[in-house]
Amino acid sequence: MSSTSSSQMGQLVADKHVRYILMAEKKKESFESVVMDHLRMNGAYWGLTTLDLLDKLGCVSEDEVVSWLMTCQHESGGFAGNTGHDPHILYTLSAVQILALFDKINILDIGKVSSYVAKLQNEDGSFSGDMWGEIDTRFSYIAICCLSILKCLDKINVKKAVRYIVSCKNLDGGFGCTPGAESHAGQIFCCVGALAITGSLHHVDKDLLGWWLCERQLKGGGLNGRPEKLPDVCYSWWVLSSLIMIDRVHWIDKAKLVKFILDCQDLENGGISDRPDDAVDIFHTYFGVAGLSLLEYPGVKVIDPAYALPVDVVNRIMFTK
Amino acid sequence: MHGRPRKASKPEEEAASAAKAVKLRSLQSQFMKNHHDKIYTEEAIELSTKLLEINPEAYTAWNYRKLAVEDCLSRIDSDPNLVNSIFDEELRVVESALRQNFKSYGAWHHRKWVLSKGHSSIAHELKLLDKFQRLDSRNFHAWNYRRFVVELTKRSEQDELQYTDDMINNNFSNYSAWHNRSVLLSSLLAQNADGFMPNERIPDEYDLVHSAIFTDPDDQSGWFYHLWLLDQTLNVETPLLTSSWPSHGSTIILSGAGCLNGSSSKFTTFCSESGSFPLILYFDQAVGGVSSSTVTIDSELKGNEDLVWEPISYKNSQVSCVWVTHLKYVSTDLCEYKVKIRVGNSPGIVSSRGHNFRAPYEFVFTAHVHDTVKDSQEGIVSWTDGFDIWDAKSKDLNSLITLDQLQAEIDFKWRQEAIDSEVECFGILSDSKIGKLTLARLLMAREAMVSDDAVKGVRYEEILQLYNDLMALDSSHYQYYKDEHSVAFLHKMTSSSESLSRHLFRYRGMNNLVCLRLNNLSLSRIASVEKLLFVQMLDLSHNELHSTEGLEAMQLLSCLNLSHNRIRSFSALDSLRHVKQLKVLDVSHNHIGKHSVDTTRYLCSSPLSNSEWSQDDVGRQNPGLVTKYWDAYFVLRDLNLKQLDIAGNEISGNEFSSFVLQVVPKLVWLDGQKLGN
Repeated sequence: MSSTSSSQMGQLVADKHVRYILMAEKKKESFESVVMDHLRMNGAYWGLTTLDLLDKLGCVSEDEVVSWLMTCQHESGGFAGNTGHDPHILYTLSAVQILALFDKINILDIGKVSSYVAKLQNEDGSFSGDMWGEIDTRFSYIAICCLSILKCLDKINVKKAVRYIVSCKNLDGGFGCTPGAESHAGQIFCCVGALAITGSLHHVDKDLLGWWLCERQLKGGGLNGRPEKLPDVCYSWWVLSSLIMIDRVHWIDKAKLVKFILDCQDLENGGISDRPDDAVDIFHTYFGVAGLSLLEYPGVKVIDPAYALPVDVVNRIMFTK
Repeated sequence: MHGRPRKASKPEEEAASAAKAVKLRSLQSQFMKNHHDKIYTEEAIELSTKLLEINPEAYTAWNYRKLAVEDCLSRIDSDPNLVNSIFDEELRVVESALRQNFKSYGAWHHRKWVLSKGHSSIAHELKLLDKFQRLDSRNFHAWNYRRFVVELTKRSEQDELQYTDDMINNNFSNYSAWHNRSVLLSSLLAQNADGFMPNERIPDEYDLVHSAIFTDPDDQSGWFYHLWLLDQTLNVETPLLTSSWPSHGSTIILSGAGCLNGSSSKFTTFCSESGSFPLILYFDQAVGGVSSSTVTIDSELKGNEDLVWEPISYKNSQVSCVWVTHLKYVSTDLCEYKVKIRVGNSPGIVSSRGHNFRAPYEFVFTAHVHDTVKDSQEGIVSWTDGFDIWDAKSKDLNSLITLDQLQAEIDFKWRQEAIDSEVECFGILSDSKIGKLTLARLLMAREAMVSDDAVKGVRYEEILQLYNDLMALDSSHYQYYKDEHSVAFLHKMTSSSESLSRHLFRYRGMNNLVCLRLNNLSLSRIASVEKLLFVQMLDLSHNELHSTEGLEAMQLLSCLNLSHNRIRSFSALDSLRHVKQLKVLDVSHNHIGKHSVDTTRYLCSSPLSNSEWSQDDVGRQNPGLVTKYWDAYFVLRDLNLKQLDIAGNEISGNEFSSFVLQVVPKLVWLDGQKLGN
């Protein structure tokens, strides 16, 4: 139990989180860091987006990040999680999102990256993660989000992609990773986000899904990812952004959720954890801050619920002809 | 990353961690070298095994192993024993990795990859799955893998259904089992498989799910399954026509621009500059295929062959509950015309779930073309003065309210019995949240099934009280219950001509246009629009609305008052883009510009959702303002407004007003001021 006063409990210690992220970026040789070596591209996206939301993107060296990022690009056009690793659609999206933050998408050979992603679409409209064929609606979202940012959505069969996502819709209104799979808030975010970006939200039963999602809020104010599970800060993003995209966010108690997220902060060392008093990490720090952004917490820039990037970045890209 | 306690690390812990990191780093670099140099020796493969045992999430190592396997297979003479031993080793590595982290995507996928090469016994796989289920019955990787194995081995749905039975009987608090059960059962019911007739099976399922809900009313595991059973009980697969405008047996009066001399006519008048009037069909579910061949029109009104029908829905959708076409009339042909509409004249109207609109349904109305008076009134529309109570006779409104298409389903009886039985059961749980909520839903469902007007509307007070109870009992979800309360309230209000007529007025300022006044009712949600298709003027001011979702069906609407509500963005008004008649809109005193988060950002057709857009002069000259006020730009340019009120919003001001004037050049009145030229 932290021995801080109750007045401090209700505040976002933004500076501490910024420091935590900048330190983590440098601590490459801790065991935690080495074991996550393969997903450094995701970690960079989580850290940098959080910094931008707190208006501190200027604290990092853009050149350093971008030159490292480009070393992760494979000859196929896809990006790996770190230098030397194999390419995968997961890291390709993170790379594109990072470049979007810095307004440096123009350094990419857009044709090459978009072809890598487009080639991963299968006959039934689904997407594989890489050449080894794992299929998951996460990859459908990633492909659609990535190609939309690159303005190359027409390189895939959008109708079929949407049809596949709809085939993963369950009787409780939610979505799973493949047809028949159980509804899970993370998958729901991916499917709803993909449908949002392709103007296909009419396929969602907003009332049915909205009720399933709002019932993720537990008595303590936190959100879980599916029925009878523990609350976790990362669901402040997956559930919240989904509710916002279908205009049902008023069905949860926002103030209680804010309090839950703030209670998950490490007030001394910075960073946010999955649950109060657990170990912090970049992943949950990002989702906590992104959640607070969607809850309109003062001092945090607005984030786009579908693209998971600041709204000013998305508007800049999407409203330019 | 999850569930690790927060604690400061001691120096000896840090030293141990640093040593582990060095060891792992060395393992990783050696592995990378092997991978890039395509070295697949036994030693190299063993290295990758060691790496995956420490870190099953190192995805590149799983890729490497697949390449190694393929390399080995290419070099041996397809000796089955050798092949088997190679695959066995892969499966062993996967199992060991899963023991480290049974949620590793990479590990599970590698197993599927091996199995798809035709290896391993199904009995072994199912045994493995049982082991994982016992460790964590909610592990969705295991459930997905189970589905994969079932698909591969063509295990029957009945057998798998029995498995969910076993899991549920073991522990009802297993949402994953209930989910799987719903998938299997819905498939078996759809096939009409032996022993799976809905009228027998569904009541049995109610009994089963009661055990989950009644044992622990706070456990959510059975809630959504029960809701699905309710849906199966209530929703007839065959799409039905719920209502239309004009409605069966009604008379409408048509005239040209300029309209009638204001006599208090009892009938609905419709004035049109374009010489056409809408014909609206409202179905109980989204359908496609409404066209001039599936819906025929028999009338002496000239020029109405090959009509174009439009679904009122999002841009990309070919299906909708609401379909509209426009019938032409000649305003100088003063005459009375009988119009006969035959819906489902030929097959082709199909629900989005694939069921045909079976019975052709016919309805008739009379269109009376009247003389036009020359002087048209172009005055400002007021929402406070000039209203008379519409002395509507009951029979006028009856033809305007819904046509309750008779439930021709022969198995209607089991549905009603099931609902009655559930109402009785849930009376016992009346103190719990799920008890009250389910009871409210059941009572609403029962109201929808009743067609006798005398009995209708009786239990609405009970439903409204239940939602009031829930708002207090479960305050976190207050707004959910508030929305449901508004829906029930509107259903109640439109359930009888008597209650509806209390809100109907005539507006003198626009030739006795029918005005529905629903202001100051704490409404947070719009509903029952299928019964309100005749409305031309709607006052929803002083309520709690944050969106116009639902209003798109009101094709006759020409004046709308949304002042003093909770609209935060023009994107929330997207549905009005379908209401082509709309001329007068009041959104003053709302929350537009107050909130940074736009909850209808993706429910509005715009470049954000990759909608095609053509750039006009306004867009070319003011790209900055178009980005800043994108929602106002895209929504307002699709409306044909003559009168607009936007004062009292945070967005209001000179910059925004002048932008609006550019986007809506035909505007005559802005915030009560007549615009000069």
